[in-house]
Amino acid sequence: MLPTILSAAAAEPAHNPLIPSVPDLIWSFVIFVVLFIFFWKKILPNVQKNLDKRSELIEGGIKKAENAQAEAAAALEKYNEQLAEARAEAAKIRDQARQDGTKILNELKEQASAEAARITINAQATIEAERQSALVSLRSEVGSLAIDLASGVIGQSLSDDKNAANLVDQFLADLEHSEKTAKPESVN
Amino acid sequence: MVFFGGTPFELNRIMLIRILVAVVIILIFTLGTRRMKVVPGRGQSLIEVGLDFVRVGIAEDLLGKKDGKRFLPILTTFFFMIIAMNFTGVVPGLNLAGTAVIGVPLLLAAIAYVTWIYAGLRKHPGKFLRNALFPPGVPWPLYIIVTPIEFISTFLVRPVTHTLRLLMNMIVGHLLLVLFFLATSFFFFEAPGLYKLFGIGTLAFAFAFTLLELLVIVLQAYVFTILTAVYLQLALADEH
Repeated sequence: MLPTILSAAAAEPAHNPLIPSVPDLIWSFVIFVVLFIFFWKKILPNVQKNLDKRSELIEGGIKKAENAQAEAAAALEKYNEQLAEARAEAAKIRDQARQDGTKILNELKEQASAEAARITINAQATIEAERQSALVSLRSEVGSLAIDLASGVIGQSLSDDKNAANLVDQFLADLEHSEKTAKPESVN
Repeated sequence: MVFFGGTPFELNRIMLIRILVAVVIILIFTLGTRRMKVVPGRGQSLIEVGLDFVRVGIAEDLLGKKDGKRFLPILTTFFFMIIAMNFTGVVPGLNLAGTAVIGVPLLLAAIAYVTWIYAGLRKHPGKFLRNALFPPGVPWPLYIIVTPIEFISTFLVRPVTHTLRLLMNMIVGHLLLVLFFLATSFFFFEAPGLYKLFGIGTLAFAFAFTLLELLVIVLQAYVFTILTAVYLQLALADEH
């Protein structure tokens, strides 16, 4: 192959490499036109279409991702809202329970104090009744005792004497009166 | 190896290589983009890396989104056509870069030239040539010097350097590789005795320069394409 070139070059030594031959230009031109049309009409539009498709896809993907992110953010917000609601609900229930507890406690306390008061009143009533009966028995006993004592002192029976009976009654009435005025103090 | 000899459609070896390159490019890109998926497979990823290199790294970077898209077909064609044709220079069995004969570099530089002048005239009708030849902000007596310089550098030297940079890189690379491979062949098979050992050295150089050529292949394709984009940018710029 190489000797071929050399012999070809040797065959036309006068040929100036800067002067183009006609076939050289014609074939160069044909090849250029063919390649130019090939790239211009076929390859570059194809590639451009594909590039456009690709950028479209990438933009679509970005948009999709953005949408998904927004959705996730919305869901998170909703979830947080629900959580806050649930927390508020729980706090409300707790407060309610505390209030109820306090109310029940107060009621119980009231009941207990009422019961205590009732028991106290009963006791007082019993005591009063006891005292009254004691007083009644005491009065009759003290009357006869005093008469007996006075009879002994003055040496004669006063039981038949009308005056003596009046005197005793008078004395007892006074006694009773003074007893009644002193009573509130003894109750308290 | 010559078909249609003597007609304007004469096909010699380099033309066949160029046609092969065109077929391979069309095959690779057709197969690579046959079933475009949003999530690319390995093959599609490679194709996309290549196309994105031109689209993002050259067109959009220099010309912006809108103009970049407008001139993307021409820049893409330039880049892949040049890189593939350069590459045949190191493919065993082909050993000749499709860009190492002036036809392709000259044609592509001419297309670039026409394109940026057209783009400039269309964007700033009337003002484009004035701005290119009479740069604003220069005191008028200096135009006597500046205008011829601008004319020569912009409208004459630019397409010539654009062509020759690619052409010469490829010719020189080709000559170097041919030289080293022929020398290796000579030393191994024809040189007497111990001279055969020189073949090892020349083979090593051939290998090293092949690696260098790989770099030059990519670099020159990139430089040619990016210069086209730069010329377009200068022509489209609002102020010079």
